[in-house]
Amino acid sequence: MIEIDGITKRYDGNTVVNNVSMMIEPRTVTVIVGTSGSGKTTLLRMINRLVEPTSGAIRLDGEDNRSMPGFELRRRIGYAIQGHGLFPHRTVAQNIATVPVLLGWDRARIDAKVAELLTLFQLDPAAFANRFPHELSGGQQQRVGVARALAAEPKVLLMDEPFGALDPIIRAKAQADLLAIQSLLGTTIVLVTHDMDEAFHLAHKIAVMDKGALVQYGKPAELVKDPATEFVQTLIGTSERPFRLLSIETAGDAVEPGPADGKPLAETISQRDALSELLWSGRAAVPVVAADGTVLGKVTLEGLTRRAAKPQ
Amino acid sequence: MRVLIPYLLRLALLVILIAFLVVPGWFDPLLKPLVRDNAPAIYNQGSLLTLTLLHLRTVAIATTGAILVAVTLAILVTRPFGAEFLPLSRSLVNIGQTFPPVAVLALAVPILGFGEKPTLVALFLYGLLPIFENTLTGLTTLPSSVMEAARGSGMTDRQRLFKVELPLAMPVILAGIRLSVVISLATATIGSTVAAKTLGEVIIAGLQSNNIAFVLQGGLIVGALAVLIYDGFSAIEHVLARRAGLPARA
Amino acid sequence: MSIRFDKLGVVTALLIAYGALAAPFATFRANRIVPGDAKGILDALPVGPGMLLLGLMACAALIVLLKTPTRLRLTVAALGLASIAVFIGMAATHLTPPANAYARVSPASGFWILLFSFALLAADSITRLRPLPLVRVLLLAITLGGAAVVLMSGLWDGLSILKEYSGRADVFWLEAGRHVTLALGSLFASVLVGLPLGILCHRVAPLRAGVLNTLNLIQTIPSIALFGILIAPLGWIAVNVPGAAVIGIRGIGAAPAFVALFLYSLLPVVANTVVGLAGVPREANEAARGIGMTDRQRLFGIEFPLAMPVILTGVRIVLVQNIGLATIAALIGGGGFGVFVFQGIGQTAMDLVLLGAVPTVVLAFAAAIVLDALIEMNAPQRERSRAA
Repeated sequence: MIEIDGITKRYDGNTVVNNVSMMIEPRTVTVIVGTSGSGKTTLLRMINRLVEPTSGAIRLDGEDNRSMPGFELRRRIGYAIQGHGLFPHRTVAQNIATVPVLLGWDRARIDAKVAELLTLFQLDPAAFANRFPHELSGGQQQRVGVARALAAEPKVLLMDEPFGALDPIIRAKAQADLLAIQSLLGTTIVLVTHDMDEAFHLAHKIAVMDKGALVQYGKPAELVKDPATEFVQTLIGTSERPFRLLSIETAGDAVEPGPADGKPLAETISQRDALSELLWSGRAAVPVVAADGTVLGKVTLEGLTRRAAKPQ
Repeated sequence: MRVLIPYLLRLALLVILIAFLVVPGWFDPLLKPLVRDNAPAIYNQGSLLTLTLLHLRTVAIATTGAILVAVTLAILVTRPFGAEFLPLSRSLVNIGQTFPPVAVLALAVPILGFGEKPTLVALFLYGLLPIFENTLTGLTTLPSSVMEAARGSGMTDRQRLFKVELPLAMPVILAGIRLSVVISLATATIGSTVAAKTLGEVIIAGLQSNNIAFVLQGGLIVGALAVLIYDGFSAIEHVLARRAGLPARA
Repeated sequence: MSIRFDKLGVVTALLIAYGALAAPFATFRANRIVPGDAKGILDALPVGPGMLLLGLMACAALIVLLKTPTRLRLTVAALGLASIAVFIGMAATHLTPPANAYARVSPASGFWILLFSFALLAADSITRLRPLPLVRVLLLAITLGGAAVVLMSGLWDGLSILKEYSGRADVFWLEAGRHVTLALGSLFASVLVGLPLGILCHRVAPLRAGVLNTLNLIQTIPSIALFGILIAPLGWIAVNVPGAAVIGIRGIGAAPAFVALFLYSLLPVVANTVVGLAGVPREANEAARGIGMTDRQRLFGIEFPLAMPVILTGVRIVLVQNIGLATIAALIGGGGFGVFVFQGIGQTAMDLVLLGAVPTVVLAFAAAIVLDALIEMNAPQRERSRAA
């Protein structure tokens, strides 16, 4: 659990982060969004004290993050950034081993951890461990960057625009991998991005920052249904609202009783994808099936349309 | 085969240089046509080998001092507590480069007397500048994402300096040292105008007795030394840069 | 408000204190080559001016010690420089016995330390203020003008360096002229040849490595050797090419010095032209080609203006380097300020060395400032506004 308690950061009288308080639940993905200059990155960097706050406190599992030297704190918190920041003079294995080495782990434990992480990130240890970062593709570099951040098994992982430098296809894959690894390891992730689609795709909760202030903090659906300010509304996109709403919940949530013809949809796909399928195939309803193939019912054009409408 | 040619040329240069220093007599017929009235064609007022070694020693001492001071200074002004001095140190380096080596040499004589000392001071002061400038460039142009990652992974200031900053800046620092050494090799010859024992003695003896052969051999020995040392440093830089995963510089 | 110290100010103030109190201000010698008798400020000056100078130095040290506005610090630096300049002249008059033409008074370590401290302070203030290029040139002109006024006023006439000068005034200006001619002449020649050569190297890639390597090789030959080596071919040309001797080509003298400086200058000019042209953004070139510019229009309209700062940097390197190297021309009878330096070294007369070295340093320094200003004025608008 991360408690951010009345955090303020001023530079030369310029307030960058203004009295932000929020609670981040353990084992969730929290995404901080905002335009550039909104203070989102500064807020993130105050959690691992790359930036020292002007006032306020941040507690990790109840412990003030100033109770130990900054560098020791940072060894316990994973940190991944845009453009990966890999050390160009060190091999992939040495890069991943950075924090374990700083913590003084023994050789065997480090080697095992490096191999484990490389495998987890679908990089063959035999082929990649001894390569240098410049010998990798952009997507591979990014994966090594996240692996390095996770090497010392941190409970918390901070990510600053981690996928910003990737092209759309690789980015989608990286996002899916991140979600899979998060649910596997149960790491608490705080991620900063300016990309609303990324936020809706990854977040359990979204925090919207504007001009240094936290203007809204809640589940994605709450943001769409009840945007706190005009800014949040603009950020979500007026014409995007119905689709965002549909993208949060799955087809299983919208099942109506009754039969329907045609190729069935999986219950796990988003309602947005279900709507897309209905529109494209020109049908009014399609069956929905569970993972084991049992038919749960149907989703209808009419039903989905109602769900996408402005909540009363 | 073609790849080998540059290496063979350098090896040949090294062999000829050593031969010339050890048995200069072999080259007498080559230089004889340049002198008139049966003047000696090979420097005869001392051993060329000894002068070359003294020359190299002077350059080595001055450069070692310059490296220690320049790198330390550059590290200091790039730390937070020294940041205030960074712009000033840049200006001083800029100003320092405008002092001609002869002037530095001449101005050092009143304080230090004749001989090796003023030469060492002039070489030291003049050698500082390229090393300082390159170290500064190396330490201030590190990729910001790498520095951010180093801090973010919990390295202390000292660990960052020795494990990330200096290794990454090393090729650029070495390029500065290389430049400094090459300049010093040539400038050391001027030290002989204030009675330092360097290869400049051969050249000045030639100028005074109107003996082109002396001038030529003095100049060519220094030139050959410079080329070989320059190449040596370039090779080390290349290896380091490749190991550091940086694009190799020309 | 609490009192805050300036980091550099602490160093400067300590230097000023040491220079004013502990180190000798002026040296008195019975004649130009005997060892001197070092005198502190109070010994070197009459009581009144001596106390005044100490007081001024104390004020200056105090102001620079604390965090004070940069403009004030610059003013202190200027006044400090002016006052030590005036008082060293007074010390010379005070220490020299009446009607003694042999006695020599020269600035001692304390003076140089004070000069260094105030120069450091000035450099720091100017660095912090970041004046526009023209203002920097103006500051230089004011400083040089101030020095000229002091020189003309006769205030420094008692100083040893000017006593050396007064015996050689004619020769001094002759050698000054030769020095400048050598340095500037070889610069023009190298730009005239180096610029087209650089363009050629840029356009014809296979030439590049060969030309640059050859020019690099020339740089490794020590200057005094290159000067000497050129004596032979130029001597041969003077004797064997009709008309060559008439236009001043001779084996010794200015001709080999000129050719040597020219050869040294080529590398920075050619290399920077190549680098500058290579640094022109691809998009700019593509756009120029796209809107139908000819090669020539592209060169003069796009490539040159964009490469100009880099090319000018090469010119700056050459000019500063040539002003320094031209001193060596004296060794082969080429003249220049080096004449005094080497004569002085020969006679162990350090005042004479200074007479050659000081103008060389001033000249190189002034050239660097003027060219730096020029480079900055030619830099793209974006960088200039950032620097302002």
